[in-house]
Amino acid sequence: MSNLRRSILFIPGNNPGMLQNADVFDADSVIFDLEDSVSLDEKDSARLLVKEVLDTINFNCEIIVRINPFDTPFYEDDVNLIKNSNANLILLPKASCESVLDLTKRLEATKINIMVLIETAMGVEQVFAILSSSERCKGLMIGGEDLCVDLNCPRTKAGNEIFYARSRLVNCAKALNKFVIDTPFTDTNDEKGLIVDTKFAKSLGFIGKASINPRQIYFINEVFSPTALEIKHAKRIIAAKESALKQGLGVFALDGKMVDLPIIKRAESLLETSRKLGLIKE
Amino acid sequence: MKLLRPSKAGTYESNDIYLMLFPGSSGNKLELESVVYETYGKQIKNVIFTTLEAIGVNNVLVKAIDKGALDFTIKARLKTALKRGGIDV
Amino acid sequence: MEILGYKKDYQLFNGVDLNKKTKFITPQKNNQSKAKVKQNLNDLFSEIELKDGMTLSFHHHLRNGDYVLNFVMQEIARRKVKDITIFASSLFPIHAPLVPLIENGVVTSIYAAFISGPVASAISEGKLQKCVIMHTHGGRARLVESGDVTIDIAFIASPTCDKLGNITGTIGKSACGSLGYAVTDALYAKTTVALTDNLVTNLDSYEIDKKYIDYIISVDSIGDSKGIVSGTTQITKNPLGLKIARLTTEIIKHSGYFKNGFSFQTGAGGISLAVSYYLKQLMLEEDIKGSFASGGITGYLVDMLENDLFEKLYDVQCFDLEAVRSIHENRNHLAISASKYANINDDCIVNDLDFVILGATEIDLDFNVNVTTTSTGEIMGGSGGHSDTAAGANVTIVVSQLFNARIPVIKDKVICKTTPGETIDILVTERGIAINPLRKDLYERLKETNLPIKSIAELKAISDNLIGVPEEIKFADKIIGVVEYRDGSVIDFLYKKSK
Repeated sequence: MSNLRRSILFIPGNNPGMLQNADVFDADSVIFDLEDSVSLDEKDSARLLVKEVLDTINFNCEIIVRINPFDTPFYEDDVNLIKNSNANLILLPKASCESVLDLTKRLEATKINIMVLIETAMGVEQVFAILSSSERCKGLMIGGEDLCVDLNCPRTKAGNEIFYARSRLVNCAKALNKFVIDTPFTDTNDEKGLIVDTKFAKSLGFIGKASINPRQIYFINEVFSPTALEIKHAKRIIAAKESALKQGLGVFALDGKMVDLPIIKRAESLLETSRKLGLIKE
Repeated sequence: MKLLRPSKAGTYESNDIYLMLFPGSSGNKLELESVVYETYGKQIKNVIFTTLEAIGVNNVLVKAIDKGALDFTIKARLKTALKRGGIDV
Repeated sequence: MEILGYKKDYQLFNGVDLNKKTKFITPQKNNQSKAKVKQNLNDLFSEIELKDGMTLSFHHHLRNGDYVLNFVMQEIARRKVKDITIFASSLFPIHAPLVPLIENGVVTSIYAAFISGPVASAISEGKLQKCVIMHTHGGRARLVESGDVTIDIAFIASPTCDKLGNITGTIGKSACGSLGYAVTDALYAKTTVALTDNLVTNLDSYEIDKKYIDYIISVDSIGDSKGIVSGTTQITKNPLGLKIARLTTEIIKHSGYFKNGFSFQTGAGGISLAVSYYLKQLMLEEDIKGSFASGGITGYLVDMLENDLFEKLYDVQCFDLEAVRSIHENRNHLAISASKYANINDDCIVNDLDFVILGATEIDLDFNVNVTTTSTGEIMGGSGGHSDTAAGANVTIVVSQLFNARIPVIKDKVICKTTPGETIDILVTERGIAINPLRKDLYERLKETNLPIKSIAELKAISDNLIGVPEEIKFADKIIGVVEYRDGSVIDFLYKKSK
């Protein structure tokens, strides 16, 4: 597991064929979904199927389980079964301070952390409080579709309607040192649109993007992986830093621009990511 | 433990198994159809009977139509059907 | 071991030798008659004598839309002829009416490169009195021109034929494109009969020359166009298949053979089509142009020809309407005979291939591949051009899901060895790729990439761990057929399953 979350793939929790192959699509994390992709009369079978697959198969990527919301009759059964599994994170939909606190209490004796799904107008406004309400809460995902239902506006490919929410969520997450994941791009036949939307999310500060179709993972990973040019530039920064150190210089310039600590840190982290992804061979 | 009513679970999709359970009278019985009967038939029977025993069920008739489900799916579908039939799993 | 209906002096397969040549007879036919047209089969059979034990040949360009084989065999059966050997390039589900003829001894032996459907089941059940001989596409041409098989009468389904006997497959209501598998039959059969549903006065361009044709019969319909060629075939939407195709394209890119002038062949399966799709993108990105693509041709390859990504298509079989259109219109889309395609005795195209992408029902730890039977041992398929192209190509890649619906692809031992492992270079699955240890050169190049390289034993362990090891399939001692390698040696036997 690489600790990266460039791409997070939703897998319907009641589909054995998809579950058993969850980790072959190169997504950094997968979400086994008990909520929207499972019909009301199959909640029980999806829950047991996800538990059984987690008990059986050793997946080589991060496993997240999306349970049903706090205010549904399925929430308690979901948590009770999944808290005894080796899932890494529980994704809590329609998250609020109250529901995060409840889930935190229920997970007390476990190693499972929480990721919140912010998909209501209230959630967007309260995101700082929600994220700070629990140590277990490690990050968030924005849910564009449900948010637009709440906002009572059409969900568009351009996404102007969720621009505020995206910006606010990124800012709060970064302020609290939590990870922040973008909403899925739902037209699975539009590769170009996916790439544009993913690049936009990256430019806002999202560290990764969720997906509802395995075919999208390749493109999302591409966007969130360092490019050859970026790697080259980062290597030059580090080399310049090392030679400045030897010469006893505190500050130094590269290509006529001052290089300060944040730039060095960013270069180091980019190179570390590149190593994890095997983009640099040493 | 006793099955209170007939129950079913699973689907006919590839990699899944469809199970129907009926209250029985003389031990656990299995009628199995499978797309991999020749190569995994024994394995499937074994998983079903072992799971029933582990839960303490001993009087149920299982009708199974298997589309290449792996063991974890067979177990999960069986537990779901038992639960739906009134057995605590 | 003597096999009923098969030559006694057969040789067992003993390794691949690309330069092995076998005997060769030069074709001598030159029929310039201007009175070849007969009214019907009745008329024909009053002129040529039918005898028990004859060998009759058919081609499979009309695939699952072919009416000709059933039409002819019905007449043969009506005339109480027995003990016929069917020498067909392939048999499909539409040929189900052969089953009762097998059961009552009209047909006692079958040669084919590929068999699917009820005929395959009947053979698996041991219903043939003699045996089935499963050869390769190239091997079929070799069988005929070496004299190992003598065709008494060749029946050639002809989408368009002129009154002198020139034949083309590219036009007519039953157009199928290339007639590559029929050419050898026309050249060597003692008697050749063209059956056509489009008899024209004169053809200027044709694939089979009139001098090889002895009789012509006009019929209402030689086939069902729906079964002959498909519409535009779509690439797979299965994400596992797409991942395999992507990995395959990555292998091509880094193999050392991907450069201007490279050549390529792939089938019409979902994953294969996806490889063509990704390969096109790669060629555009890297500005690489290929020399030719060959084999069965699809619209995807036509598209690449028309975009100048390949200079030529060598077409032995058109798979879709786009291919049929192109072969008719485009001078660089060439029909080739099965012999020119894949015959070990010929200067064949497969020897010039850089890449071939192939499927597999089973593959073992030595990379031997089965495409002849199902994973439970019933005949379903056959080599076709599988072992021919695998032997010829510089890089032979087998693509398959590691398992699907609890059916694994990697076995300790394949049920039937169709293609020898020494000619298979790489297995690509969704959970990793395995390089044949014989190809150290490919390993050296590919290990520098991020490709998930594993040993084939490691891949098998992953599969076994997830789905369990399948029980072994049991067979009876009775041999029901032989699998001939392209050089005519016997690479494996086919057995009836035990009850």
